[in-house]
Amino acid sequence: MNDSASGPPLLEVTDLVKHFPIKRGILIDREVDKVRAVDGVSFRVEQGETLGLVGESGSGKSTACRAVLQLIKPTSGSVRFEGREISGIGRREMRPLRREMQMIFQDPYASLNPRKRIGQIVGDPLKRQGIASGSELRRQVQELLERVGLSSEHYNRFPHEFSGGQRQRIGIARALSLKPKLVICDEPVSALDVSIQAQIVNLLDDLQDEFGLAYLFVAHDIGVVRHISDRIAVMNEGKIVEQGSADQVCENPQDGYTKKLLAAVPIPDPRESRERHSGSVQ
Amino acid sequence: MSPEPLLSVSDLRVGFATEEGVVQAVDGISFDLRPGEVVAIVGESGSGKSVTAQTIIGLTRANNARIEGSVMLEGEDLLSASDSDLRRLRGERIAMVFQDPMTSFNPVYRIGDQIVEAIRAHRETSKGDGRQRVVELFEAVGIPNAERRVDDYPHEFSGGMRQRAMIAMALALEPEVLIADEPTTALDVTIQAQILDLLEQLNRERNLATILITHDLGVVAEVADRVLVMYAGKVVEEGTLDEIFYDPQHPYTWGLLGSLTRIDRPRPHRLPQIAGSPPSLLDLPDGCPFRPRCPHEFSKCPQYPGLEARLPEAADHRDRCWLTPEEKKAKRMVEGQIGLEPPPEVRQA
Repeated sequence: MNDSASGPPLLEVTDLVKHFPIKRGILIDREVDKVRAVDGVSFRVEQGETLGLVGESGSGKSTACRAVLQLIKPTSGSVRFEGREISGIGRREMRPLRREMQMIFQDPYASLNPRKRIGQIVGDPLKRQGIASGSELRRQVQELLERVGLSSEHYNRFPHEFSGGQRQRIGIARALSLKPKLVICDEPVSALDVSIQAQIVNLLDDLQDEFGLAYLFVAHDIGVVRHISDRIAVMNEGKIVEQGSADQVCENPQDGYTKKLLAAVPIPDPRESRERHSGSVQ
Repeated sequence: MSPEPLLSVSDLRVGFATEEGVVQAVDGISFDLRPGEVVAIVGESGSGKSVTAQTIIGLTRANNARIEGSVMLEGEDLLSASDSDLRRLRGERIAMVFQDPMTSFNPVYRIGDQIVEAIRAHRETSKGDGRQRVVELFEAVGIPNAERRVDDYPHEFSGGMRQRAMIAMALALEPEVLIADEPTTALDVTIQAQILDLLEQLNRERNLATILITHDLGVVAEVADRVLVMYAGKVVEEGTLDEIFYDPQHPYTWGLLGSLTRIDRPRPHRLPQIAGSPPSLLDLPDGCPFRPRCPHEFSKCPQYPGLEARLPEAADHRDRCWLTPEEKKAKRMVEGQIGLEPPPEVRQA
């Protein structure tokens, strides 16, 4: 296989389109218009790197993620994982590939089954993919729990016994259980308290170094995105309006929308904020 | 000198009886609010900031709630006011804007009608005059096509427009005090900037006194005059905006400031984080509740110090930390910026 540095990128998305039809009519559905949620998006994620996808609500960033993972069927376009086209392939063919690409969700209160114990939640992917079972499964899960900053004694607990930050750690352990190459993080810290956000961002950073993970990091908070990303793509109305290195996009934005987005981010510095305001008033 | 306070909260304590014991959500908070002033209350979930706001306006009156202290609005105690007195004061003198603009309106009534109803509950006006008043309010808060939009239903408004409509409703009876509980948390940044500008403009033009509840220090930096930092039901530090940002005295405040991501600065290699998580209010440690997360803990910390001014030159800058001002100055600098020293296991890595 192709494992040289010049091989295909880990993930390559070309002209991805996802339109949702707007239908009218009672017996006969007529398509009257469509929502262009993702409207021709192209980007690539290399092995071990982080691409930040930033945009406001409705920009299409979450839909893009879902279409990449084939959780929803893209209208058109290509999604290549390690050079292999995965757009439109069947569920059965997709299954072995799911090992390689995992997801961390925004809401740690909604993304863990409340009736399952932590050990089961984190261990299920291993069991389903036939990687481990029995005491070996338990050992691997406990090791994972410790790696994400929980304790192996949490194995038999239920999700409601954990705080938001701890739940997000459980979600991370679950995503890592199959040793994926790519993790798609959809707003992984926006539901957390400020002091916990930094812990999770640092944890994701450490895990990336340790396991050589690539992240597609989706968020609306450009400050967090810039901190964790190597490159940033800015999305607006279903399109990528600007793409470049994290510092370049934040320090020297080219696109009008990116500039507007950056100007709206509150600066936690009263003096600079006053300066900015007096500048914009006069 | 500074004008008389409009609203004066003193030693407010709110506890809730639960099956597992009494949760002391707010444990002795005091502050004054003057006309035209913005006081920000900052804290994480469970710090008691929202319960403080809700108690001021009488929304925590429940069978299991124990409320002590006083909240004086120009000589009238809101805590002991009867339900009918409160009904008169709410909207008329003190109003509130909630976090979630999606759930704050009744979805089956037109927005204009809901605001007219609130006005007519207090004032003798015809429906037509009330509607005219709503159109004016919509224009004041920057809702375009006000004349047409008063007849819209909540679902026809975007999040930002709904929050503007909420603010319009809060201002309908020209209150002197506005309580804004996370008013921009549910909004996109570009919309957040517009709402913050609007709040600031109202402050300036109407001399509206505002209590801003938020977890976001970036928002605080944009609009606040004074800041109260809350942790586990108590104020751990209070001061002017500049005192809190440039001369913070409590390690928790350092941690909050340090863990912010800033787009106007080069990014640090690691985000300075606060270790651990906020304590359960049912099981607080002895003394300072921040102690288990604080890298600067020492022998005095098992006793909780009072909220006192510890700097000779700033009588209104108070905090609850035993360290001397010199020690604080030295310890709060991490890699050239204010922050909390990383926990030991991270330092080794």
